[in-house]
Amino acid sequence: MEIPESVKKRLTLPAEEYFYAGHTACQGCGASLGLRYVLKAYGRKTIVTIPACCSTIIAGAWPYSTLDVPLFHTAFATTGAVISGIEAALKAMGYKVKGEDGVMVVGWAGDGGTADIGLQALSGFLERGHDAVYIMYDNEAYMNTGIQRSGSTPYGAWTTNTPGGKRHFLEKRHKKKVIDIVIAHEIPYAATASVAYPEDFIRKLKKARNIPGPSFIQLFAPCPTGWRSPTDKSIEIARLAVQTAYFPLFEYENGKYKINMPNPKKEPKPIEEFLKLQGRFKYMTKEDVQILQEWVNRQWEKLKKLAEVFG
Amino acid sequence: MPIRTVMKANEAAAWAARLARPKVIAAFPITPSTLIPEKISEFVANGELDAEFIKVESEHSAISACVGASAAGVRTFTATASQGLALMHEVLFIAAGMRLPIVVAVGNRALSAPINIWNDWQDSISQRDTGWLQFYAENNQEALDLILIAFKVAEDERVLLPAMVGFDAFILTHTVEPVEIPDQEVVDEFLGEYEPKHAYLDPARPITQGTLAFPAHYMEARYTLWEANENAKKVIDEVFAEFEKRFGRKYQKIEEYRTDDAEIIFVTMGSLAGTVKEYVDHLREKGIKAGAAKLTVYRPFPVEEVRELAKKAKVLALLEKNVTFSVGGALFQDFSRALINEKERPIIVDFILGLGGRDVTFKDLDEALAIAQKALAGEEFDEVNWIGLRKEIL
Ligand SMILES: Cc1ncc(C[n+]2csc(CCOP(=O)(O)OP(=O)(O)O)c2C)c(N)n1
Ligand code: SF4
Ligand SMILES: [Mg+2]
Repeated sequence: MEIPESVKKRLTLPAEEYFYAGHTACQGCGASLGLRYVLKAYGRKTIVTIPACCSTIIAGAWPYSTLDVPLFHTAFATTGAVISGIEAALKAMGYKVKGEDGVMVVGWAGDGGTADIGLQALSGFLERGHDAVYIMYDNEAYMNTGIQRSGSTPYGAWTTNTPGGKRHFLEKRHKKKVIDIVIAHEIPYAATASVAYPEDFIRKLKKARNIPGPSFIQLFAPCPTGWRSPTDKSIEIARLAVQTAYFPLFEYENGKYKINMPNPKKEPKPIEEFLKLQGRFKYMTKEDVQILQEWVNRQWEKLKKLAEVFG
Repeated sequence: MPIRTVMKANEAAAWAARLARPKVIAAFPITPSTLIPEKISEFVANGELDAEFIKVESEHSAISACVGASAAGVRTFTATASQGLALMHEVLFIAAGMRLPIVVAVGNRALSAPINIWNDWQDSISQRDTGWLQFYAENNQEALDLILIAFKVAEDERVLLPAMVGFDAFILTHTVEPVEIPDQEVVDEFLGEYEPKHAYLDPARPITQGTLAFPAHYMEARYTLWEANENAKKVIDEVFAEFEKRFGRKYQKIEEYRTDDAEIIFVTMGSLAGTVKEYVDHLREKGIKAGAAKLTVYRPFPVEEVRELAKKAKVLALLEKNVTFSVGGALFQDFSRALINEKERPIIVDFILGLGGRDVTFKDLDEALAIAQKALAGEEFDEVNWIGLRKEIL
């Protein structure tokens, strides 16, 4: 559908679509929104690599494809390595890679494919300094295989292998801080983003495009199916994740931290606000909520300190 | 002019890679192949090879990076062995399924446990169902030549399959032998400028590769791999012929040695073929009608050539440095497939030997011969025999 220029002018996101309707994500899927934004930001000259995850399915089965850019499906653990190979090949052929008119090499992987099985390949990719962008869409569990916990699942969450039960067998580990692991590689650009703040996400994608070297974005992407949440609440939940400082938005650019909260002056809301809309947290006791709240406070204080000292 | 020199198979493999001018190499060290990427990185460092060398953090990533690079449209190469090749296993299927003509040099080495860095073929034999082409070299010259041949076959439009070239750990990888390095110009003519014939990642022509295929489509995708393997049989013959014309060295899928009028033919692969040929000379001197045959091409399995070979023998004695548990060696299975429905066929006796670098001596071959002779005489014999076992430590 052609969008009139007068309307285009008022849009806060690029009007171009390279992610088409008819994809096979669940209703209210944050991941599908995120991938759509990535393509809006980067346009036609983009090569996307997807490992085993929900997006494998979302992109469509043969002979269909939801994406109107070259797309490479690869093994679960290999995103970092495959994008390294693509980038190296493009350079060897003399293409400009990254930058305003360069080809964008994008890895689009889930939290499982990034925090767990793909962590080694991610680390190799970051360390070697390839000109590509790795986006971890974080829905906080292995959704494609039916909601099992990942290293990125938060404390207190129900999943099919942290099912609660009589012995209160919920996730008892805090969320793995993948972004911190990434920053430990001292790459030029890393950031968190959320599908609830698409302008911020696209700004970060564009920034990543123009900073040479590897970039990493951890994108918060609600999954109503796995989070047992209403399909029309995904954006609200994602917004609350930021407002409670459970998933704060920030950037790390050449050694400097910058927090980009929508209302920087406001104190974070209590974590309950984020928890209460999601069935996956319904087994948490008061003490569990307290434990999670303390973790959030600790992480938030730490981030603020980092921004203060290395701002 | 070609350069006549002496070098290890690892160096020969690195030279082959250099001559083929791959654009991307991704590799990870493992004994006995480590020298190959080392040597290649020297070539790159000295500006003798214009390629991106990706120093990956594992073999899983080495082959994945090659997959990415090949999918983007360049010639790629890597080298590995043993645990490294086993670690690549998952991605080998993907490379074949996506029809990416990657070439891997394999310094054939045993697999753990127990830990062993020495030669057998278990590593590459265990990859036989991945869809990859497999070549085995008898000496260092063959290691070099077969890598060039592998590129040419793999990249042929009728094939488009990845290929591995195996050569025995230490026996070849670390042993210096005379090798002729062909002229770059002749290799350039032989391989041609690389141009991907498979679907590749081009922003001007967006396609999806490796997509989900439902039961309604998956089998057809697999069947195209079957067809490509069948096509490779003819293409390999053509490439062997062209190679001989340009470089003067002759290759055959199965190379025979003194098989005319032979009653017992020993069949093997790799460097063991050298020992076996010498053994056959020794038997012939004693008046025993023995011959030898060497498989240079293991995948696609040369069914037709095996049938031709079988016509010449009363007993085929397979000498294998690998095990398919409760079956025998992999060759036993493959030869049975080729011969099971032939009206007349020789007896097949299988021998497992030389695992984990154990030397194969004439004494071992005598042991195998004795069993083959029993079979020839119509006496009872064991179909699968472990040769050279040290019973005292069992
Ligand atoms: C080597 C390997 N192990 C396991 C799987 C099965 N598997 C496919 S997707 C997946 C989970 C993906 O989780 P994540 O990366 O978080 O993406 P999501 O499905 O949540 O979008 C698993 C376990 C696989 N495909 N490959
Ligand atoms: S399970 Fe979750 S992540 Fe997967 S498609 Fe459905 S909503 Fe999206
Ligand atoms: Mg997930």
